Amino acid sequence: MKNITTVEKKSDREVIVTRTFNAPARVVFEAWTRPELMQRWWVPKSMNMSLLSCEMDVRVGGKYRFVFGEGMEFFGRYTEVVPNSRIVWTNDEGGEEAASITTVTFEEKDGKTLLVMSELYPSKEALDASGGAADATHETFTQLDELLVELGGSAEGEDVGC
Amino acid sequence: MVHYTNTRLDASFAALSDVTRRGVLEQLGRSEFSITDLAAKFDMTLTGMKKHVDVLEYAGLVTTEKIGRVRTCKLGPRRLEEEVAWIGKYRELWAARFDELDKVVGELQRKERTNARKKGR
Repeated sequence: MKNITTVEKKSDREVIVTRTFNAPARVVFEAWTRPELMQRWWVPKSMNMSLLSCEMDVRVGGKYRFVFGEGMEFFGRYTEVVPNSRIVWTNDEGGEEAASITTVTFEEKDGKTLLVMSELYPSKEALDASGGAADATHETFTQLDELLVELGGSAEGEDVGC
Repeated sequence: MVHYTNTRLDASFAALSDVTRRGVLEQLGRSEFSITDLAAKFDMTLTGMKKHVDVLEYAGLVTTEKIGRVRTCKLGPRRLEEEVAWIGKYRELWAARFDELDKVVGELQRKERTNARKKGR
């Protein structure tokens, strides 16, 4: 059974997402820090976007860059990395006025991991405007089922190159 | 588990659960009013109306401004429908990502177990 994803606004400029994973923190952390794993879930097929390249240098001060078709890209810098416990990075693609900070914490209990992600925007306006990326998922959401079947079928496959 | 109770959205729904407060919002949709005006319209004491306005203000549905001795109320910046739509879209994206992440995590765990069994031999 799928665990539930909850989203709550903590304030006008901060959103909190929580989700439990049925695996130890080090496993979930690994899926957030290895590019070949991250790219498999960060861009659901339902977003209808193709990832051309992803670079992730997961250490304090290290940079990341995800490049999509049609010139779209996400990039920023890791500001905190605590193995199996916490990652913080900046989202710099929107320029200074829209730059948000993402904080992800991994809290293990009884072999399961509670993941809490916070996205803190510099202003209410920046948060409201950020709905754009989510728009892409709206109409093509049904494609998700297809992808899950596909991923399930290719389980145990070796790392896919970026 | 971490619970984020008492969020702005909770506050909005709580604020809307009362018939008087819904009435106040309806009135403020037409015009600004002082708390005294509102108390008179709803046939309430000033203290009673002030409590209702406080709840609405906490939820961001109403803003008030004190000029001299009069506190004027008007509709706040928050639009509940937009709020719900925004969170819904945002949740859809993350639920989709995390359902995929489940697959990746499950796969990593299976690999780990397989490797552990091999080592055990």
